[in-house]
Amino acid sequence: MTAAAPLGKDLLGLEPLSGEQISLILDTAEPFKEISERAIKKVPTLRGSTVVNLFFENSTRTRISFEFAEKRLSADTVNVSSSGSSVSKGETLVDTARNLEAMRIDMVVIRHGSSGAAKFLAGRIESNVINAGDGMHEHPTQGLLDLLTLRDHFKRIEGLRVCICGDVLHSRVARSNIWGLRKLGAEVAVCGPRSLMPNAIDEMGVTVFSRIEEAIEWADALNILRLQLERMTAGYIPSLREYNRVFGVTRERLERAPRDVLILHPGPMNRGVEIDSDVADGPHSVILPQVTNGVAVRMAVLYLLSGGRPELAESAKAGKGGA
Amino acid sequence: MTRPVLLTGGRVLDPSQQMDSVADVLLVDDTVAAIGRDIGRPDDAQTVDCAGLIVSPGFIDVHCHLREPGRADVETIASGARAAAAGGFTAVCAMPNTDPVIDNPAAVGFVVRQGLRAGAARVYPIGAISVGQRGEALAEFGEMVDAGAIGVSDDGKPVVSAQLMRTALEYARTFQIPVIDHCEEPTLAAGGAMNEGIVSARLGLKGIPDEAEEIMAIRDILLARLTRGHVHLAHMSTKGSVELIRWGKDRGINVTAEVCPHHLSLTEEAVEGYDTNAKMNPPLRTAEDVETLRQAVRDGTIDLVATDHAPHHYDEKEREFQNAPNGIVGLETALSVVVDSLVVPGHIDFGTLVDRMSCSPARLFGLPGGTLRVGSPADVTVFDPARRWTVDPDLFLSKGRNTPYAGMTLTGRTICTVVAGQVVYTLN
Repeated sequence: MTAAAPLGKDLLGLEPLSGEQISLILDTAEPFKEISERAIKKVPTLRGSTVVNLFFENSTRTRISFEFAEKRLSADTVNVSSSGSSVSKGETLVDTARNLEAMRIDMVVIRHGSSGAAKFLAGRIESNVINAGDGMHEHPTQGLLDLLTLRDHFKRIEGLRVCICGDVLHSRVARSNIWGLRKLGAEVAVCGPRSLMPNAIDEMGVTVFSRIEEAIEWADALNILRLQLERMTAGYIPSLREYNRVFGVTRERLERAPRDVLILHPGPMNRGVEIDSDVADGPHSVILPQVTNGVAVRMAVLYLLSGGRPELAESAKAGKGGA
Repeated sequence: MTRPVLLTGGRVLDPSQQMDSVADVLLVDDTVAAIGRDIGRPDDAQTVDCAGLIVSPGFIDVHCHLREPGRADVETIASGARAAAAGGFTAVCAMPNTDPVIDNPAAVGFVVRQGLRAGAARVYPIGAISVGQRGEALAEFGEMVDAGAIGVSDDGKPVVSAQLMRTALEYARTFQIPVIDHCEEPTLAAGGAMNEGIVSARLGLKGIPDEAEEIMAIRDILLARLTRGHVHLAHMSTKGSVELIRWGKDRGINVTAEVCPHHLSLTEEAVEGYDTNAKMNPPLRTAEDVETLRQAVRDGTIDLVATDHAPHHYDEKEREFQNAPNGIVGLETALSVVVDSLVVPGHIDFGTLVDRMSCSPARLFGLPGGTLRVGSPADVTVFDPARRWTVDPDLFLSKGRNTPYAGMTLTGRTICTVVAGQVVYTLN
């Protein structure tokens, strides 16, 4: 780890990072939070840098969050989505990337349906690569914004009990959360139907709860994953109605908890399925602060990967330093 | 008439006649003419100095994909046969999952002719079990056998219907050919890209559980019991499969099985970093599976080693892991991988290696060769058991470059390959 590249060339996941590196990103995000609260939400830190947002899957909040982060740092941004581009004409991922790079870009933010796609790209282009979600593998900036939101609320991560609820099997958010939380010393549990858990979940260093009631009794915070509708049609669960009855996070269940349980959700929510509306909109929900923190965390990642020195983040905020 | 070939001073290792001694081997026309110390030297003989080398009956690979017809850009029967010879194989059996599928006597005849024209390793066609490998109607085993097929398989796909598998095993008995199955329960394996376990959970790749292989393995073993047909289980990869095969053999059921060199040497860890050259079907499993398979080769529960040589164009492997095709090339690394994973650690000796790569496949598949008895076909492999070499895929004779062994230094190298009394390959 050098001062010039505290995270290395790319951010592909939280599993390869150390606890120190993760804390560095969270600490770097702190001064960036304030920029988004200004009337003029812009600093010149990444002026002259070109960032390509390469989205092979539909995404609203992640893509917009990255775009805001880039623009508020004054980077030039280009959005490429799979429909309406050469990707839909059958161009391979590596050809798309090489063509973009031939136009002399600095960073690529990639969202792709295949696990490992970000790593694949990172090994083949010189630009910095940020994984904005690859298949069922990782979604590191989501994990980071969840960590930042937990830290904002509890003032610590170490020793926290966080339960990830729902479709862990198919969830990149779950994996990034498991690694990030564990590296920062939290206790991690998962809860959901066994048909939506990896068979090897017990080897991932987490506690497994079969009943949501047990998870709620145990946890300081729940991170409730979106249940994809197609899990039902693929036969992993019998019905959304039963899922809500057995695994749904409801106000009644939360009221029986021995303490206030913080509620996180990466969105988009299926109200009435994995989470009831009065929980999502309730006093312990930090679902919208998560979204706000997403921009700050992504600014921090862009800044650190572009060669920004962590101790200069404050002055970058003031518009003086940076890359 | 071709010139006689005299292989001088090698360690002649032939388990088919319990031979392990330094001797000369004289090959005249297309047969083994003499073995001994003072067998003379015909004036016109081509002499190969084999001092320090092992001279064995030629290796036979019962499982490879030569891609012709249909994908001659990836491999041809000729390039595959030359790669085979470079790997010490004097004969290979070509799987029928080409385009079109080898499911009729004309197609079988095409493979035979292309093999003869190649003038390298012998090429024996395997015919399809079902027409078009669609798993519905039985292909014409009899006519395919008459045209040169030596077994039947729908490899690449499992035979999903138990009834079709039963019929195939019964029908094949008439022609005394093995029915070779790719054991994979398709609903369990659907969408899987690697072994199911902690690595797949971490990498976010859909896994294929051991049970997808084992359910079909035990089904086939039970159907072999029912039909008294010969079922040969291709590319076994799990500890559980070994136990099931042992169970079947203990009961006298006519089941034989093969293992691929990669399943003897690599584990699921090789997939870390999403290396598509570690993607194959069945997938690389765990260290415990590898250890069990090594023991099974030693004790004979696994009868033979076969490559499952599966060339792909580099573009096809240069992509996202889950979308990359399965398979690696194996003909030119098989010997060395087996030496490094079985002989060097002391699991087997070179005699057992020769048995599992030559004698056993010849015997179980009813093929010529697998022995150096006087009068048998002059198919001979000469290899250096100790030579260390670094794998450079650019030097392969196969058109395929997709190997997980690139850059690795391996032990054991084919020096010379003789098919039907003709030297078809010499190193350098």
